[in-house]
Amino acid sequence: MSDVIKVGMADWKICTGDDALTTLGLGSCVGVAIRDPQSGVGGLAHVMLPDSKETENNSNRPKFADTGITDMVAEMVKKGASIAKMVAKIAGGAQMFAFSSAKSDMVRVGERNVEACKKKLKELKIPIIAEDTGENYGRTVVFYPASGNYTIKSVGKPEKSI
Amino acid sequence: MSDLNMEQLTQQYFDVLKELGNIGAGNATTALAELINCKVDMMVPQVRLLEFNELGDILGGEDMILVGIYLQVEGDIDGSMMFTLPQDSGLHLVNKLMAGMLGIPEKNIEEMEFGEMEISAMKEVGNIITGAYLNALSSLTNLKIFPSPPQLAIDYAGALLSVPAAEFGIMGDKILLIQTKFSDDVELDGYFIMIPDMDSYEKILASLGLM
Repeated sequence: MSDVIKVGMADWKICTGDDALTTLGLGSCVGVAIRDPQSGVGGLAHVMLPDSKETENNSNRPKFADTGITDMVAEMVKKGASIAKMVAKIAGGAQMFAFSSAKSDMVRVGERNVEACKKKLKELKIPIIAEDTGENYGRTVVFYPASGNYTIKSVGKPEKSI
Repeated sequence: MSDLNMEQLTQQYFDVLKELGNIGAGNATTALAELINCKVDMMVPQVRLLEFNELGDILGGEDMILVGIYLQVEGDIDGSMMFTLPQDSGLHLVNKLMAGMLGIPEKNIEEMEFGEMEISAMKEVGNIITGAYLNALSSLTNLKIFPSPPQLAIDYAGALLSVPAAEFGIMGDKILLIQTKFSDDVELDGYFIMIPDMDSYEKILASLGLM
């Protein structure tokens, strides 16, 4: 029996075989799905903030794009995946509310999350083969590492797969 | 930077914040009742310190579709405030409001949807009731509070909550919120969530002579 494993906000999970990974209602957060098609190891990170170096409270490593992706990839390698074969798909990073106030950096958090995830993946030389990011709506995603399918559901929009 | 550690907040502070929530939401509920000319009940507020992964469950599940009205607060208190309710509750509210104001008969909720008119009315509702909440808070604490115009989104609970969560995430691994549930005799239930930043908590507590 295959399971669907839930990944909470500021967390990451990995799986193998026919199991799937899901995260419900991604807003400004980014869902980074990585798999190594050969070993069948896959992971999904629910990144909440771009950079662990921007704050002193950075002990919660899964929360940030830089530390979260690094740790998840390391764990995937432990489970038998090879970084050289990994590919990534990313979704999320929406701007849920349109503000134009002084706290603009905070408002742009979705966009900055996407940029930070891309930067980290580039550093690790993991190519991004598909993405569905930005805009102003939430996304519920399911990642199937066996096939590489990454399905995205949004309110009032047809489900799609990237 | 703030000296106040969220983990160390004592029961006394929780009680004070709960009382603030009570007064703010009490005022907002009254404004709402007057607006739709209908009795609105309010539950005792809850003050909760939550892990991020628990956040999705507070509004009934991360994939619940909600109407969220969000505004930022500046002045002596910085932070954000959110007012959420299920879609049909939102339509119910807008229906009552428009029927009252325009003198037209109430529509059947099943035939309604969130168009431009409904969204605009919903924003106005948000404006009035969040304003009432913040006014009460401001006069109680003698602190200046300037709310931004409200923004509205209809989306998954998780997606809506990710916005305040990201703001809080910079400061810590937990989110502190004052949550008040309200309902009327027909079908209206929603939440007020007030999320001041950590420095503002100190100011609020100090203004009440507690720090």
